[in-house]
Amino acid sequence: MLCFLYSRIRFSVTRNTHAIIEDTSLLMPKLKINDIELEVAPGTSVLQACEQLGIEVPRFCYHDKLSVPANCRMCLVEVEKTPKPQASCALPCGEGMVVKTNTPVVTRARKNVMEMLLINHPLDCPICDQGGECDLQDQAVAYGFDRGRYAEAKRAVKDKELGPLVKTVMTRCIHCTRCVRFADEIAGMPELGAFGRSEHMEIGTYIEKAVSSELSGNLVDVCPVGALTNKPYAFEARPWELSKTETIDVLDAVGSNIRVDARGQEVMRVLPRLHEDVNEEWINDKTRYACDGLKRQRLDKPYIRDVDGKLKPANWGEAFAAIARQIKGLPGEAIAAIAGNLADAESMFALKQLMQYLKSPNMDCRQDGALYDVSQRAGYTFNTTISGIEKADVILLVGTNPRLEASLINARIRKRWLRGGLKVGVISEQADLTYPTKYLGANPLVLDEVLQGRNAFCDLLKNAKNPMIIVGAGALARKDGLFIQYRVRKIAETYNMVRDGWNGFNVLQTSAARVAGLDMSFVPGQNGKSTNDIIAAAQNGKIGLLYLLGADEIDTSKLGSTFVVYQGHHGDAGANRADVILPGSAYTEKNALYMNTEGRLQSTRRAVFPPGEAKEDWQIIRALSEVLGQALPYDTLAQLRQKMVQSHALFARLDHVEPAPWNSFARDGVLDPAPLQSSISNFYQTDVISRSSPTMAACVETFLKSSVAEAAE
Amino acid sequence: MLAEKDKVFTNLYGFDDWKLEGARKRGVWSNTKELLALGQAKIIDEVKNSGLRGRGGAGFSTGMKWSFMPQKSNGPSDRPHYLVVNADESEPGTCKDRDIIRFDPHRLLEGIVCGAFAINAHASYIYIRGEFVNEAKNMQIAIDEAYAAGLIGKNACGSGWDIDVYLHRGAGAYICGEESALLESLEGKKGQPRNKPPFPANAGLYANPTTVNNVETIAVVPEILRRGAAWFASMGREKNAGNKIYCISGHVNQPCNVEEAMSIPMKELIEKYAGGVRGGWDNLLAVIPGGSSTPLLPREICDTVLMDFDSLKAVQSGLGTAGLIVMDKSTDLIYAIARLSRFYMHESCGQCTPCREGTGWMYRMMLRMVRGNAKLEEIDMLIDVTREIEGHTICAHGDAAGWPIQGLIRHFRPMVEQRILDYRKQAA
Repeated sequence: MLCFLYSRIRFSVTRNTHAIIEDTSLLMPKLKINDIELEVAPGTSVLQACEQLGIEVPRFCYHDKLSVPANCRMCLVEVEKTPKPQASCALPCGEGMVVKTNTPVVTRARKNVMEMLLINHPLDCPICDQGGECDLQDQAVAYGFDRGRYAEAKRAVKDKELGPLVKTVMTRCIHCTRCVRFADEIAGMPELGAFGRSEHMEIGTYIEKAVSSELSGNLVDVCPVGALTNKPYAFEARPWELSKTETIDVLDAVGSNIRVDARGQEVMRVLPRLHEDVNEEWINDKTRYACDGLKRQRLDKPYIRDVDGKLKPANWGEAFAAIARQIKGLPGEAIAAIAGNLADAESMFALKQLMQYLKSPNMDCRQDGALYDVSQRAGYTFNTTISGIEKADVILLVGTNPRLEASLINARIRKRWLRGGLKVGVISEQADLTYPTKYLGANPLVLDEVLQGRNAFCDLLKNAKNPMIIVGAGALARKDGLFIQYRVRKIAETYNMVRDGWNGFNVLQTSAARVAGLDMSFVPGQNGKSTNDIIAAAQNGKIGLLYLLGADEIDTSKLGSTFVVYQGHHGDAGANRADVILPGSAYTEKNALYMNTEGRLQSTRRAVFPPGEAKEDWQIIRALSEVLGQALPYDTLAQLRQKMVQSHALFARLDHVEPAPWNSFARDGVLDPAPLQSSISNFYQTDVISRSSPTMAACVETFLKSSVAEAAE
Repeated sequence: MLAEKDKVFTNLYGFDDWKLEGARKRGVWSNTKELLALGQAKIIDEVKNSGLRGRGGAGFSTGMKWSFMPQKSNGPSDRPHYLVVNADESEPGTCKDRDIIRFDPHRLLEGIVCGAFAINAHASYIYIRGEFVNEAKNMQIAIDEAYAAGLIGKNACGSGWDIDVYLHRGAGAYICGEESALLESLEGKKGQPRNKPPFPANAGLYANPTTVNNVETIAVVPEILRRGAAWFASMGREKNAGNKIYCISGHVNQPCNVEEAMSIPMKELIEKYAGGVRGGWDNLLAVIPGGSSTPLLPREICDTVLMDFDSLKAVQSGLGTAGLIVMDKSTDLIYAIARLSRFYMHESCGQCTPCREGTGWMYRMMLRMVRGNAKLEEIDMLIDVTREIEGHTICAHGDAAGWPIQGLIRHFRPMVEQRILDYRKQAA
C-alpha cells in the first residue's frame, strides 16, 4: 500500500547547501542495518540504504527527486553511538555505522511523530479525495498509536486559491514542504513558500495567485496528504473504484509514461508513471488534465454529408460505400492522405499501404507543411535522448520554447542547470524557460554567425565537452526549414557535437505521431504531393478524395470542393469539413504504437473502449480496404505489426532508442530573416483532445488571458 | 570570588567611555598584533588549554570548535572561512551580550580579530538581534572606529591579516539564535535550523567552513591570550573554568548583571550581588538558573548548587546562558511556566513536526493546568508529550520547550495536583 517504490543510489542535495562536502574517500562505506551488512555507494543516505535492503522506512518530507529537508521526522532510526534517533533521509551512510530500524526507540519515535502529525490534522478522511491513497492514512495505520490523546482545539487554516488545477484544503497540510521544493527545484516557479512560524506556518503563495507552471499538477502527486488535490477530479471517484491502465501520453512528443484511471467507460484521471529516461515521475498539466476532453465532442458513429450539406448519421457500411463510390475511377494522383498529430503507427502504416494499393503517392504525415530533409533519421529525432541532456554542458535552442513544446524536456534541462555548469543559448523569441539563458536574438541569420564563429556564444560551444543544439519543429516547418536544418547540422558538425558516443543534434518534435510517420516514410512518394501541395491541389479541384487521418491542424477552409474523408475521434476542424466521418479511437482506447521525439517506441494500452460505434483506427482502414477491393493483408493487430516490422525494423523493439547513423542531410539556401519562434503559443490547447477539454479552457482563461490583461496594464 | 584584577568586562555597567578611546584605556587593542603573532595553532591551543566553554548555552569547548575548521583555506577546495558572531541574544532572562555590545564593543571586535585569524577567516559577521537597536548603533560606530584606526580591515592592527567585519541585524526571531538558523537567516533565507551533518565547520555560511561563537565567548579570547590560559583556567572549577557574566532578574532586590568566576554558589551570587531574594532567602520558591529553557530548581537545591555547567547538569538543569530568573513565593509557578511554553510555541520555526505541533499542545495543556482544569493523569501525559518532542527534532528548540515543564513537574508536582483538585472542588 505504501508507495515506497523507488530505490536508487543517488547523492541527495541537502536543502541548505549547494556545495556539499564531497566525500574525499571514495570508498564504498560498509554499514550494518538491522544486523544485515551491506556496502553502498558513497553519498547514499541511510534511508536509501534501507530501501536497498527492502526495509521500509516511513517518511513524508523525503522525496526521491527533491532536496532533503528532514523536517517531518518520520524516518528516525537508531544509530549506534549517537544519543538521539537520527533522520535517516539526511544521514549519509558512514563506514562502520550500525543502524537499527526495529528497536523500541524507533517504534516509539515513529509513534510519537505520527501522533504529532495527527493532532492538528482534521482526520476528515471520509470527505477527503486523498482517502485510499494517502501516505498519512497508510502510515498512521502502520506506525501510529491506535488512538489520539489530543483534547485541545485543532488548528484551522484558510484554503489557498491556486488556480483551476490544484485544489487546496490547507487544514490537512502536514508541512512537509514537498510542494515548495517541487515548485522551487523542478518546476522553477518559486511562488510557493512556507510563511509564518510555529503552528501558524502555512504553505501558500503569500500574494494570492494561481500557480503558473505547466507542471503544477505534480504538486498533487508530491503532496502526501489531501492538502493539494486534483481540482477537476474533486469528489469524482475513490481510488479503489478505478481500473488502472499503464500507458503513454500522446499530447506531446515526449511520450510521458502515464497511468490512466478509469471507472467503467470513463477516464477519470491521468497520473504519471516512473520512467527515468523519459518523464522521470512528472507529467505536464495538459497530459494530466486534458483527459476530460476525451468525454466531449466525440465522434461515436459514422456520418455522411447529405445533399443539403448536413452531416447525417450513417452506419459503417453506408460510410464505406460512400467512399467507394467517390474513389471509383479516380486515378492515384487524385487521391491524397494527410496524417495528423495523434495518429498511431499502425493506422499510418495501414493507410500508407492502402494508398500504395490505390497507386497514390500523395501522402504526408507533416500536417504543419514542413519540408525539411527526412531522409536521415538523425535529421528529425532528438538524438541526444532526454536523459542525455543531463550530460550536456552547453545547449543552444533554435526556434523552440521547450517549456511549451515539451515541458518535461524543459524540466530535464532545468534539472541539469540546477546541478550547475550549464549554459543555454536561445535563438528564438524570448521566453522564461525557468532557467537563465543567453539570448542571441530571434533572427535566423544568427545561425550563420554561430556557424562562422562570429557570435559570443561560439566560445562556449567551442569549449564545451558535450554541446547540444535543439531545433524546434516550428523552425523546421518554415519555408526555409530545410536551410535551417542544414545550418543546424553544420553547427553540430563544426562544434564537435556529433562524435562517437555523443550526438548533440536534436530536433524537438511536438507531435506524437511525427517520428513514427517519418520512420515509415509516410511522406510523398515519387512525384507525390506534400501537405501544402495537396491543399493547393485540393483547392484547385485536382484532388478527388482527401483522406484525413486525424488531421485537424491544416487549413480546412482551403480544400475547395474536394471530397474529404475524416477519420478521427473528435469533432473538430477536420470533421467539420468532412464529407464522410469515420469515428476512430483516442489514445486511451486502443493498443497502439507511438515513437516519441527521441525515436523511442512505446505503446498505449486500452483503458476504456471507444464510444458508440467507434473502432480502432487500423481496423477502420483495414475494413475500408476490403470495401475498396484492395484488402490489406492482415486481420489482427499482431499480423499488422509483423508486417510493419518486416518493412521497418525500427518498430521491433519497445522502449528502446536506436542511435541513428550520422550522414549528410539537408542543403544550403537563403534564409528568410523573419524571426524564429516556437510552434506553440497556447500550451493548453494544441490538439483535438485538449481543445475539447473544459479544464484546459479554464487554464487558458486563467493563465493566458489574465497574463495578457496584466501585460496590458 | 573574582578579584577585581581578574575581571575582563571592566565596563559592564557603562560607567566608562564605550568608544575606542575608552576601550584603549581599559587595555583593549593594547597588543593585538603580538597576540596574532602567536600564530594560529598557538592561539587555538591557548584557548583550548584555558578551558573556555561556549558561553551561548551549550558549553562546548571553544578551542575544540575552532580546531574542527579545515586547517588551510588554500587547500583543494580553497573555500573562504567565516567567523560568525552570534549576538542574537533572545533567551528570556539573559542580557549579557547586550551589555558587552553597548558598553564594550571593542572588546568584541578585538576578539573577532583574534578568532578570525585563528580559524583562517577574512570575513566576520556579527548577527545582532533586531530588537537591539541602540546596541547595533554602538556596534556599528565601534566597527567604523576600528576601521578608521586600522584595527580591522586590511592588515588589521598591522598584523598582516585582513579581516572585514559586517554587522547584520536580525528581524526578531528567537530561533535565529540557533547557529544554523542564524546562518540561514544571514544568507537571506527563512531562519530555520539546518539538519546536521554537515556541521558549520564543514559547510556553514554559503556552504563554506564557518565557526559560530557567542559574543561573550569571543570577547574573552584576547584577554585569555594576553594573560595566558593558566590565568583563565585558574578561575572556577576544573572543566568549568573562567569568568562568566551572570544575569540575575526576577524577585531579587537588585536585578543586575555581574561578572563573577564560574562555579560560584548560586546563593552567594544572589545574596551578594542582587541584594538577595525579595523577602529573604526563605521566601525563595524556585530559580531558573540559565535562561528560560533550563529546568527550574527549588529552594533546597538552590541552597547549595554551584553555578557552572557540570554541577547544574548534575541537578538535571543547566547553566545555559547563566540568566537566573528568581521567583519568590508570590509566584504562580504554573502560570510562569505556561508563559514560557507560550514563548516556545510562538518561537518554534515550524519546520519539524514534533516541535511545531507539540509546543502548541504543551502550551494549551499548561494553560489548563494553570486553572486546574485537567485530569490528574494528564500530568503524566504532559511529561510524555515533552519527551515525545525531546530528541526528535532538528535543533534543540523542541527540547528546550519541554524542559521548563519537566522541571516544574519534577519539583512541584504536588502543587500542580493540588491546583487540579482545587479546581474540581470548586467546580463541584
